[in-house]
Amino acid sequence: MREKNRNIIEGQGLTYNYLHYDEEGKVDASQLALDHVDLNVEAGQFIAILGHNGSGKSTLAKQINALLLPGEGTLYVDGNDTRDESKLWEIRQCAGMVFQNPDNQIIASVVEEDVGFGPENMGVPTKEIWERAEKALRAVDMWKYRGSSPNRLSGGQKQRVAIAGVIAMKPKCIVLDEPTAMLDPGGRKEVIETVRELNRQEGITVILITHYMEEVIHADRVIVMDSAKVVMTGTPREIFSQVEKLRDLRLGVPQVTELAWELKKAGLPIPEGILTIEELTQALDRVRAGCRE
Amino acid sequence: MFKDITLGQYYPGTSIIHRLDPRVKLVGTLVFIISLFAFGSISAYIVATIALVIVIRISEVPPKFMLKGLRAIFILMLITALFNLFLTPGTELVRIWKLKITQEGLRMAMHMAVRLSYLIIGSSIMTLTTTPNQLTDGLETGLRGLKKLHFPVHEVAMMMSIALRFIPILMDETDKIIRAQEARGADFDSGGIIKKAKALVPLLVPLFVAAFRRANDLAMAMEARGYHGGEGRTKMKPLIYKTRDYVSYLIFLLYIAVMFLASRYIKIAWPL
Repeated sequence: MREKNRNIIEGQGLTYNYLHYDEEGKVDASQLALDHVDLNVEAGQFIAILGHNGSGKSTLAKQINALLLPGEGTLYVDGNDTRDESKLWEIRQCAGMVFQNPDNQIIASVVEEDVGFGPENMGVPTKEIWERAEKALRAVDMWKYRGSSPNRLSGGQKQRVAIAGVIAMKPKCIVLDEPTAMLDPGGRKEVIETVRELNRQEGITVILITHYMEEVIHADRVIVMDSAKVVMTGTPREIFSQVEKLRDLRLGVPQVTELAWELKKAGLPIPEGILTIEELTQALDRVRAGCRE
Repeated sequence: MFKDITLGQYYPGTSIIHRLDPRVKLVGTLVFIISLFAFGSISAYIVATIALVIVIRISEVPPKFMLKGLRAIFILMLITALFNLFLTPGTELVRIWKLKITQEGLRMAMHMAVRLSYLIIGSSIMTLTTTPNQLTDGLETGLRGLKKLHFPVHEVAMMMSIALRFIPILMDETDKIIRAQEARGADFDSGGIIKKAKALVPLLVPLFVAAFRRANDLAMAMEARGYHGGEGRTKMKPLIYKTRDYVSYLIFLLYIAVMFLASRYIKIAWPL
């Protein structure tokens, strides 16, 4: 299923400025949101982009969907230049996007109609819209809610409907811009598990933007952004072994990782970059076994 | 708390009227209203009454729901009746100070009372048996011809359905803002009408700001999902006429014919 070794997203030297206009329409302030960012994503990968507010990560996400166009540099999505207006709808179909606020991205008043909205825009025939909607709703486990009003769903369920709405367009890549920021822990887990499942089962490339560390430990690659630049990149283990550097960037690490790091600092022989509770308990077992001998 | 509000006062049901194509119901309502104003005789009103009673029976909606709609426009009806009563020139019946009631005025007032109340009952049958979404769908498909006159049919229908979707959300938001402001000592309940209205101003400002922010987000989400207007769009739930819809159109023709014949050949004198 997975098509490896082919970059679905290729961005070189991406730069973007938010301009602020005064009353006469002249630029009176500008804010650099992306500063020569390179982004290459292989098809089928799960990429996480981390950064605190204002680091430019949302701006980067909107570039991939061609909602914003690069000021400098080039961005190719599945071989199409995002600046090429004739390819705009192809790009948006290829790279679906899920936003932060679940209420503000559900368009229809019935769940199934909302899932059908994307295919309707693409001009898919009626019969196929229904097939796609059913498949998408089953994939996110929301099929039994197809006739409900979105207003009656929980935050996590609404986000899953939003994801289904994107899958129904058969994208190669999904960009999720802080999809869990407004959800409770239960809803957060629901959404992340759905996304991981789609990545593994369907081979859809996932770009997850978040500031929750726990959500990125399963990613193939983590990109850390700070003040419009990419400052770190690597596997979750590589990133989280640099606890001090992350702290300087005002980003925390998962609690388990932090505990392991503190224990190591206190002198216990524990490996670097522990990500899960199981890993830590195993490491501690080994330490205890070592003490007994 | 606002989640269960029924918009457009839809009364859920499975009657044949509920299942009719929304376009049929729109046309039917229009035919009924026009017939009320085109034929102004007692026999025509009797035909309309019979038709109305039959449709209400078939729709299985309790008649009190339709009368509820009448209550809302009672004042309007009263004013219309009074104006007609006192301001129509003609043979004088009664004179109170400078105002005179004429025979023609009395007749006109009764005409308007019947027409307005039947108009309200007729259109509430439509809104009670059609979901707001079906209604906008029906309007969009039914008014497609207007697109040639550069009337933005699809856009208007899209705006209506989005508005319907966001009303409960904005109501929730209003509720939150009220509570947030009450927590900081705002008072929405005491004082006269003017004071209450003034207290609403600090409520409206954040509500508008939030609505615009939502609109911006929604526009972006729609664009991200490939929305580019009605051009080249397909429908998930297209409207297709069934036999019952064609039969309904025949019944409308029959209704007009009966109405026409009744007011032409059966003369019933006004009681006054």
